[in-house]
Amino acid sequence: MMLVLFNVFNGLILGAFYVLAALGLSMILNLTNVINFAHGNFIALGGYLAFVLIPIVGFWPALLLAPLLTAVIGFIVEKTMISRIYGRDPIYSLLLTFGLAFMIEDACRYIWGVNGLPLTTPPSLSAPISSEFFFVNAYRLFIVAIVIIAVVALFAFLRFTRMGMRIRAGMFDLETVAALGINVKLLRSLNFACGIFLAGLAGVLAGGQIGLNPNMGDNLLLPSFVAIIVGGMGSLVGTLLGGLLIGVAAAVTTVFYPAASDVVIYVIMAVVLLVRPRGLLGEEGMQ
Amino acid sequence: MSDLAQPPGIVVQAAERRWLRLAVIWAVLIAMPLWMPLVGGYTDLGARILVFGLAAMSLNFLMGYTGQVSFGHAAYFGLGVYGAGFILLDFSHSTLLALLAGILLGGLIGAVIGALVCRSRGIYFALITIAFQEVFYYIGYKWDSVTGGYDGLRGFQRQPIHFGLFTIDILKNDVAFYYFVLVIFGIVVGLMGLILGSPLGRTFIALRENERRARFLGIQANRYIWLSFTISAFCIATAGALNALLNNFADPSSLDVTISGELVVMAVLGGIRSFWGPLLGAAVFVVVENYLSGLTLNWLFFVGLIFVIVVMFFPRGLLGMFGQRRAV
Repeated sequence: MMLVLFNVFNGLILGAFYVLAALGLSMILNLTNVINFAHGNFIALGGYLAFVLIPIVGFWPALLLAPLLTAVIGFIVEKTMISRIYGRDPIYSLLLTFGLAFMIEDACRYIWGVNGLPLTTPPSLSAPISSEFFFVNAYRLFIVAIVIIAVVALFAFLRFTRMGMRIRAGMFDLETVAALGINVKLLRSLNFACGIFLAGLAGVLAGGQIGLNPNMGDNLLLPSFVAIIVGGMGSLVGTLLGGLLIGVAAAVTTVFYPAASDVVIYVIMAVVLLVRPRGLLGEEGMQ
Repeated sequence: MSDLAQPPGIVVQAAERRWLRLAVIWAVLIAMPLWMPLVGGYTDLGARILVFGLAAMSLNFLMGYTGQVSFGHAAYFGLGVYGAGFILLDFSHSTLLALLAGILLGGLIGAVIGALVCRSRGIYFALITIAFQEVFYYIGYKWDSVTGGYDGLRGFQRQPIHFGLFTIDILKNDVAFYYFVLVIFGIVVGLMGLILGSPLGRTFIALRENERRARFLGIQANRYIWLSFTISAFCIATAGALNALLNNFADPSSLDVTISGELVVMAVLGGIRSFWGPLLGAAVFVVVENYLSGLTLNWLFFVGLIFVIVVMFFPRGLLGMFGQRRAV
């Protein structure tokens, strides 16, 4: 029982990371039809920026500053490169972000080295909470809390602010939004930056948990794709559910059959595609 | 094709030009072992170009001619590699049997995955192909007892081919192996060319050009996209099996998304609207990558840069820059 509980909790942590990564990817995908292959590398970049910032400003400010800086870099990348290929065949956006992924990964390796680096977290966050549930240490609860705050903030932003409403409208029909006189170019850039902010945040949190290395984001990228497909394309709530679902499913599988834990999420995906091609909460026609 | 719209005289000219082009391409390929050393290459590099050229052309069958981008074709390439490896390592010393096993493994699994993928379109099609590819990467990586895990399958060798009266030693003789690859390449590429010229191929192109219109004409779009995906998977699995024979090992990197990306960039670099473009793209990419990896430790950065440059500056590809008007 303890083992199952332990793994379900681990699954929630994993799912929380999938959710952060996948929500960012999903925002970018829904508004601009771009699969951001470099998302995993922005995650790593967020972690490394925190590594640089923590000795200067301390952990708590860095928790916000590092994702912000990552988002600024994302904004620049979108403005200079990705914005030029909107509306073209999907091949080009795939290739462009794939190439960017290589470049960022190698740049990180060049600057910070091949070997993993530790990200120091405040001592107050690393103490175990109780001796019985040894696996529930403060840092892990902290991760869950931050992810919940970030997700609630994101949905509140999309629901209640003017900008958020425009983004949601744009995901539905960008042409009409443009026709209503809204600066769609800026909307797309800011939306991209928002997605990258979430990636940067995931990077900082993951860095504190498992340390930093140049391809730390790779393990999050593909499960995030799966989360989007399972949750339903075009639906952010679906992505949220999908991320949690596959995180827990992978962790529970670890209890019974560890070798299959990496594959089980793809089995779930295959079943979903077979039974309900548009995904759990996906809209009809968005496939 | 645009032939119908042109006066008869131009059609004859175009046909002549097509034969001339074919003759030049084949002359270059057949003579490759002769001129490759002169320009600083080696015969195996030529075989590698053929293998990746075939892979990129197979991908382009789906991508350029049916209009759906698979960013997960490394799966079927890699399954071809492993299929050939299994046979040579454990079951038989027949190179041809190994080739067949690779083709069947990659092609049949491609047919199954294709059935799941063919209901999606555009960016979602790409997304799902990427995700499925990862399944096979993990299986290759994690299922130690069968696939050899991280190290992959090692310790097998391609074997000389016996034809009763005579034997072709493709193991020791690089040049013989090159021609062996060239023959298989020729067969597969010929088949693809025939299919694309047939009514079936026209159906694929119709789906690429205007799916809704094709549907109104009674074409079952999903079924034909599945068929194109499957043909493409069989062809790329052939390339994978040849790659196993070339390297004499099979490892998970052949199933990696990096290979998928490289194949797409080869096709785009050469020109996806042209049948032979991906071969040219593969040649350029293989040579440049070979050169870069010897030159700098940070070659991955420059490979990424190639991707970005191709997208930003050569979206039509090298061949596309010339005959832009010649659609198909």
